[in-house]
Amino acid sequence: MGDIKLMKGNEVIAETAIRCGCDGYFGYPITPQSEIMETLMLRRPWEETGMVVLQAESEIAAINMVYGGACCGKKVMTSSSSPGMSLKQEGITYMAGAELPCLIVDVMRGGPGLGTIQPSQSDYFQATKGGGHGDYHLIVLAPASVQEMSDFVVLGFELAFKYQNPAIILVDGAIGQMMEKVELPDYTPRWSEQEIEEISGDWALTGKKNRKQHIITSLEYSAPPQEIFNHKLQRKYKEMREQEVRFETIHCEDADYIFVAYGSVARICQKATELLREKGIKVGLLRPITLYPFPTQAISDLCSKTKGFLTVEMSAGQMLEDVQLAVEGRTKVEFYGRMGGVIPTPEDVIEAFEKIFSI
Amino acid sequence: MELTDIIKAENIVSQKSKLITENVMHYCPGCTHGVVHKLLAEIIEELDIQEKTIGVSPVGCAVFAYNYLDIDWSQAAHGRAPAVATAISRLQPEKYVFTYQGDGDLASIGCAEIMHACNRGENIVVIFVNNAIYGMTGGQMSPTTLLGQVTSTTPHGRDEKLNGFPIKITELLAQLDGTCYVTRQSADTPGAIRKTKKAITKAFQNTRLAKGVSIVEIVGTCSSGWKMSPVASNEWMREHMFKKYPIGDIKDI
Repeated sequence: MGDIKLMKGNEVIAETAIRCGCDGYFGYPITPQSEIMETLMLRRPWEETGMVVLQAESEIAAINMVYGGACCGKKVMTSSSSPGMSLKQEGITYMAGAELPCLIVDVMRGGPGLGTIQPSQSDYFQATKGGGHGDYHLIVLAPASVQEMSDFVVLGFELAFKYQNPAIILVDGAIGQMMEKVELPDYTPRWSEQEIEEISGDWALTGKKNRKQHIITSLEYSAPPQEIFNHKLQRKYKEMREQEVRFETIHCEDADYIFVAYGSVARICQKATELLREKGIKVGLLRPITLYPFPTQAISDLCSKTKGFLTVEMSAGQMLEDVQLAVEGRTKVEFYGRMGGVIPTPEDVIEAFEKIFSI
Repeated sequence: MELTDIIKAENIVSQKSKLITENVMHYCPGCTHGVVHKLLAEIIEELDIQEKTIGVSPVGCAVFAYNYLDIDWSQAAHGRAPAVATAISRLQPEKYVFTYQGDGDLASIGCAEIMHACNRGENIVVIFVNNAIYGMTGGQMSPTTLLGQVTSTTPHGRDEKLNGFPIKITELLAQLDGTCYVTRQSADTPGAIRKTKKAITKAFQNTRLAKGVSIVEIVGTCSSGWKMSPVASNEWMREHMFKKYPIGDIKDI
């Protein structure tokens, strides 16, 4: 049983990284996630676990440092927020192309452009559909609590190394900034050279000794081998879709209507569900935990007994498209969203719900 | 005496470094990269650090350096090699980490990364081959292209009003407190090659002393990009490039 503390979401990311044996964090300040690097610098994990923490000159440099660290078979991570994430896309696509594991944390704020610093979910497309150039996907985890901020650091590294693919925690500024009770994991030591050899020994840059040279690259000389490699990536994504879908359902068994929402909006919709149930309206909530792979089948399975889905997001409707693809026109899919950093209240959601479904 | 009587181990006075792979190099005739690769291979072998050396290749002609030098390599995004090398070096401090970059990679798109890696005093070696042109993409103007020099994007010669001035990035980097050894060399004569070998050897030895960034710029030729024969390229380089980019040590502490 780990320590139970009252902590801010962003601080928990830093604390869990230290505890789970992360080897390196490379970041650049941006609101609303600066507490991650600040917490690390205050904690000085290099004295405790040997973890490297470095403030880079830009988000571009930070993600390329992550690339360098990941090349060595190390558990490395970065964090940023929306405008900074746009800059990181170059490094992320290189890592997807070089099949390097890492953890990225995106504490989303309102956009486009410099936008606002308030919570938003408008980077769903960027995170789940690739984000940079080329056919690739990230493993996308969407925490809805400070507890999950901790849990998903551990899970994110686990999945990243399982699939040799970058994993991203996609969270809005509300979860990053709020304080909640959290049970932190026990300390796990950083991997030894021996463990790195066992886990990533067939590709990591550990120095050419009694083996063939290792080369980390995303470059191919000609088209046919690149296509073969792209098929390999696609097989990997297919396996993720079959193995790694995570979601939560609340009151969906007898629901006439189902909210689909993730992150902090899922909690707002959970409250709306309770309030509507008190009024005798049978409403449920489906909360995707992995946004990629998306719980397509779970939504599909609920279609036949559902009068309609209401997708609620802090965006103009991005996850909405994945819900529509899952439903395939078999029942109604409606949308309610707020943008630019405005957080909907449960009452806003209920009002929209009653208006949309004429209840 | 038969030829087989001559070709014997005891008669060998010079041979290819065992770190040079059997892959056929893609570099054009007259290109400086081949010489620099050969020197790196010899130095890594002579220092006996093959097991501890990790190279970071750039985007540009040297992107495939990993095909020719038998060590562990990371291939970085354009200009980002110093950031990649930073993390490799910090996470494996016992290693010898070097970047291999051209003038487009280091002095244009990667300006921020090289500046800040140097300013932090990362314990890395930077091999910077400056041939004043983008070779891989077909001979466009680079930040170090000389005034008046004709390239595919300066077909009327580089004009300072239109294109700005050639940048002496190495002198700039020497100003930063995190660099310990900054030198500019060439590879156009046997003597120059020997000096370059000495400089790169010293740069790698500095890693053991953890003194900060060591930068070896090698002023080189790009016969294909310059559209000159290898011999004419060397003459043009000596006449024009060396004036703007004088050979010698810039900093050594």
